[in-house]
Amino acid sequence: MRAFLIVIGRDLQLAVKNGGTTVTQLIFYLSIGVIMPIAIGPDKQVLASLAPAIIWTAALLSSLLGLERIFVGDHEDGTLLSMGHANISMAAVSLAKIVSHWMISAMPLIFATPLLAVMLFMEMPEFLATMLALLLGTPALAALGALGAAVSVTLKRGGVVAPILILPLAIPVLIFGVSGANSFAGPSASGSAMLFLGAISLLAVAFAPFAISLALRAAEE
Amino acid sequence: MSMDNTSPVNRPRNWFSALAHPGIFLGWSRHFIRPLIFLTAVTFVIGLWFSFFNSPPDYQMGETVRIMYIHVPTAWLSQMIYSIMAISAIGSLVWRHPLADVAMKAAAPLGAAFTAMALFTGALWGRPTWGTYWEWDGRMTSTLVLFLMYLGLVALWNTFSEQSRGARIIAVFTLVGAINIPIIKFSVEWWNALHQPSIIKADGLSMPASIYTPLLIMTLAFTLLFFVLHLVNIRSEIFRRRANSLERRHVMESGSESGHGAGEWPDGNGNGRET
Repeated sequence: MRAFLIVIGRDLQLAVKNGGTTVTQLIFYLSIGVIMPIAIGPDKQVLASLAPAIIWTAALLSSLLGLERIFVGDHEDGTLLSMGHANISMAAVSLAKIVSHWMISAMPLIFATPLLAVMLFMEMPEFLATMLALLLGTPALAALGALGAAVSVTLKRGGVVAPILILPLAIPVLIFGVSGANSFAGPSASGSAMLFLGAISLLAVAFAPFAISLALRAAEE
Repeated sequence: MSMDNTSPVNRPRNWFSALAHPGIFLGWSRHFIRPLIFLTAVTFVIGLWFSFFNSPPDYQMGETVRIMYIHVPTAWLSQMIYSIMAISAIGSLVWRHPLADVAMKAAAPLGAAFTAMALFTGALWGRPTWGTYWEWDGRMTSTLVLFLMYLGLVALWNTFSEQSRGARIIAVFTLVGAINIPIIKFSVEWWNALHQPSIIKADGLSMPASIYTPLLIMTLAFTLLFFVLHLVNIRSEIFRRRANSLERRHVMESGSESGHGAGEWPDGNGNGRET
């Protein structure tokens, strides 16, 4: 457990010290939120009805930006190799990596979402539901992203391939995330989308570490 | 593990690994190609004859029902090929079998091609019957997602310069995809049900024998076609890897003769083999 926390702490420190990616990601997230209304037009009602879709698209796309950071540096300087020999299982390291990746890349986006909600004229219940859906769904995105990063860690152009691999797998999260916005109000208010979203995240976070550790071991061979 | 070692010393012990050893595989599979091609051609002739001349037009869809005889077999293949890839992935992860790697790699572009065919014929069929080329129907959407996954896997294979290391990583991803396919299918169907009740039902369950017979024969023909293409693809991939390792060995040897260091060669690890 201690080693697990150390891995997370190390990642967070590294992210704070070279904090460029997080900020870039945040700017990217907000820019998508700005660009979409410009493309769609300033109609309040249209924007409000599309807001959850816009927010989720922005979150999905920007979660694909920082994937290389997760493993490539550690692979190149040999950290992953030594972690493979350390007194902690590779699956635990992978889980720690998912957690730190979520804290670095998803949490800032969730904090920035109120800004987008205001610009997109979201109603209060819809906004709260979207926040909850983001909280429930982004762990799955983080797990899938880490998986894509692990699969492409030895590739020179891994940053391009990983998103292509991840996007189809992220479709369920997108579907339940967007429909989760109607959970609290409206004619079809029900919590089932949220429950599915939580289930997908739990599944992804539970199983992805094993797949990631397999892929990393194959990469370090 | 080298791909070209058939010397008696390294001959695998049990019959299963003997059958699947790349070198031995090249030997016995050669005799299967021509009979298989012949069988495929015959089945296609019979199937096409049935589907064009010996089956009635549908009372609702008319002649366009014949598109089904290509559409359904390719759609079936699009799922069967992924299962074959997933099984090969297990073989490559658990037993580290070089032939399983090759089988997995050889199936990916075929899967993409057949899925594309299923989507394309579906669009052609949808236009006269449903009045639209594309509908965000649950089944169509999940087939499209499957197509994207095939493309992703092909792209992944193409980016690995060292195929044998890539194989294990790709096997992991193939299996993750296999677990995800039911989830994607379920969520897409749920998503569509939310938007509109599904009015479209592909393949009515009750089907007269006159339509069922050509459908079955064509499915068999397409499955055989896949096996032929897969076999040929596997063989040429094995040959390609052999050629690569021969080339590397040649470069190594001529390099050491003329006194160059091994570090001069771009692959650097330079033991002239598939590691």
